Amino acid sequence: MVKVLPFEEPIVQLKTKIEELKAYTESADVDMSVEIVNLEARLEKLEQEIYENMEPWDRVQVARHPSRPTTRDYIEFLCTEFIELHGDRFYGDDAAIISGIALFEGKPITIIGHQRGLNTKENIKRNFGSPHPEGYRKALRLMKQAEKFNRPIICMIDTKGAYPGKAAEERGQSEAIARNLVEMAGLKVPVISVVIGEGGSGGALAIGVANHIHMLENSTYSVISPEGAASILWKDASLAKQAAEAMKITAPDLKKMGIIDTVIKEVYGGAHKNIEAQANYMRETLITSLKELVNLTPEELIENRYSKFKNIGEFNE
Amino acid sequence: MSIRDIFRKNQKKKYATIPTEKAKNDVPEGIMMKCPECKKNVFTKDLMKNFKVCPTCDHHMKMTAWERVEIFLDENTFESMDDHLETVNPLNFPSYTEKIKADAQKTGLNEAVLTGIGKLEGQQVVVAIMDSHFRMGSMGSVVGEKITRAIEKATELGIPFIIYTASGGARMQEGVLSLMQMAKTSVALRRHSDHGLLYISILTHPTTGGVSASFASVGDINIAEPKALIGFAGRRVIEQTVREKLPEDFQTAEFLLNHGQLDAIIHRKEMREKVASIVHLHTTKEGAKW
Repeated sequence: MVKVLPFEEPIVQLKTKIEELKAYTESADVDMSVEIVNLEARLEKLEQEIYENMEPWDRVQVARHPSRPTTRDYIEFLCTEFIELHGDRFYGDDAAIISGIALFEGKPITIIGHQRGLNTKENIKRNFGSPHPEGYRKALRLMKQAEKFNRPIICMIDTKGAYPGKAAEERGQSEAIARNLVEMAGLKVPVISVVIGEGGSGGALAIGVANHIHMLENSTYSVISPEGAASILWKDASLAKQAAEAMKITAPDLKKMGIIDTVIKEVYGGAHKNIEAQANYMRETLITSLKELVNLTPEELIENRYSKFKNIGEFNE
Repeated sequence: MSIRDIFRKNQKKKYATIPTEKAKNDVPEGIMMKCPECKKNVFTKDLMKNFKVCPTCDHHMKMTAWERVEIFLDENTFESMDDHLETVNPLNFPSYTEKIKADAQKTGLNEAVLTGIGKLEGQQVVVAIMDSHFRMGSMGSVVGEKITRAIEKATELGIPFIIYTASGGARMQEGVLSLMQMAKTSVALRRHSDHGLLYISILTHPTTGGVSASFASVGDINIAEPKALIGFAGRRVIEQTVREKLPEDFQTAEFLLNHGQLDAIIHRKEMREKVASIVHLHTTKEGAKW
C-alpha cells in the first residue's frame, strides 16, 4: 500500500466511494452507472484542483514520499548498458552515491546520483542517501574520467544533505564538497544536474555545479530543511510548514528566481505514481539540454557555467 | 635372469600394492584436478569448460596466459608480440639464468607476461597477460619492456589497452632494474592516457608489491576477480611490523572494493562480456553527435 499524503485524502475518499458503488452495482440489482459517471467526473476535477494547486508543504511531502523514484530507477528507465563503478581510490566506496557509465539514447554518458534505500536495511547501507567525503570523491573521480573520454555528465540530486558525523569530519567533508564545486566549474564536458527529490544544501550542490539545472516539479532545493530553518529562525521545528513557504524551496519558486533552467512536469500526484511516464518526461528535457550543450566548445561550456553562477545573488549598489 | 630383467617395465607384478591414504586422493595428473580451496576433485575437462572456476566453491584457480587468451579474446584473433626478447642476468645472480630457462620450458613463454593484439567482440585491443607460473609473475627488465611496448602499440594504434595482472612484484634477481620497470611502464601509460585512450586493469590472484604499486592500480577502470589477493606488502610482513592482528578478508578483492580501490569485482564467466561492454562504451563513435 502506497502511503497517502494528507492533502490527497479527499481524492482517496472519493475513489473509495466510487469503488464501493461499483461493487454494489455488481452485487445488487441496482443500476448506479449514472452516479458513478458523475462521481468520476467530479474526481477528475478534484484531482486537477488539488494537484495543480499544490502548496509548498504538499510538495515537500511528495519529495519525501518513501516510494519516490530514486536515481537507480531513472537509470533503469533511461539508460542501457549501465555499468556501476565503485570507489574513490582513496578511502572507501560510499553507497550513498551511485555512479557509472551507460548509454543514453545510444550514446555514452557518465551518470552520478545520490541513492536512498528502499527499506530500512538498504537505507542503513546507503546511509539514507547522505554521503560521506568518499562519496563526493568518487563522484569527482568519475567526472574527471568522463572529461577524459569526452562524455556528458548527468547528476541526479536526491539527498537531505551531506552526512554530519565524526568520521565525515575527520576525512574532510567540507574539503570534499568544496573541491567538487571548484573542479566542476572547470569541467570541459557538458554537465546537467536534475533535482529528483530533496536537494539538501551543500550535500546537493556538490554534484550541482552544472551547465543546466532541472528540477522535478515536486522536488525541493534549499540551503536547509524546512525543519532546520524553523528551529533556527523561530526556535520551533513544528513551524516547518511556514518555513517551507517562506524559504522558497520548490521547483516553481526556484524557476521564478532564475536559479534553475527547467521545471520537469510530474505525473499527477507525484513521480511515484508512474515511474516510467516520469522517466519519459525527464528524457525529453535531458535530450533538449544535451542537444544544446554538446555543440559548445570546452571553453564555452566553462564560460557558460561561470556566468550562470556569477549572475546568482541579489543586492543593491 | 640377467640384471636387466629387474628393471624391465612390462614385467608382471608379483605382489599387490595397498595405496596409502594420500595416494588414494591423488589422481593421475591431467585427468583430475583438486581445488586448492575446498579440496574437491574435479575432472580437468569439466574445469576448463567452467573457466577453471571450481564448480563446488566458486574458487577462481590460477590460469596460464594462453588459457586466458582462449577464454577472453575472439577465437583466432590473437597475435603475440615480442616473443623474441631474452632475459639476461645483469647482476650475475647464481642460477638465475637456469631458473628462467626452466620456467620458459614449463610455460612456453619467453617471460612472465604474454602481450599482443587481439579482438574482443570484434573490437581491436592490445592485451598483456601476466602468468604467475613463470617466476611468480615477477617483473624484471623483459616483463617491463614487453608491457611498455604493448602500451606503445596501443597508443600508436589509438586503441584500448587491457592488462591481466598476476605477480608477486618486482623481480629480486634484477635488483633496481626491476624497480625502474614500475616507472617505465608508468611513463608509457601516461602517454597512452594523454591520447584519451582507455586502459583497463584486471587484477587477478595474486597481484602484489611493485606491480600493484604501479600499472595494476591505475586503470581508468580497475576490475578484480573474486577473492583475488591484492596488496602492497605481504600479510606476514605487516603483521610483524605493526604487531597487529589483521582482518580475515585483508587484501582480498572484496576488501579493496570496500576501501575504494576497485571499480568492480567481476566473475570470470562474465569478464569477457562486461569488459567488452566497457570497451564499447568508450569507443562507440556515435557519441559525437546528438
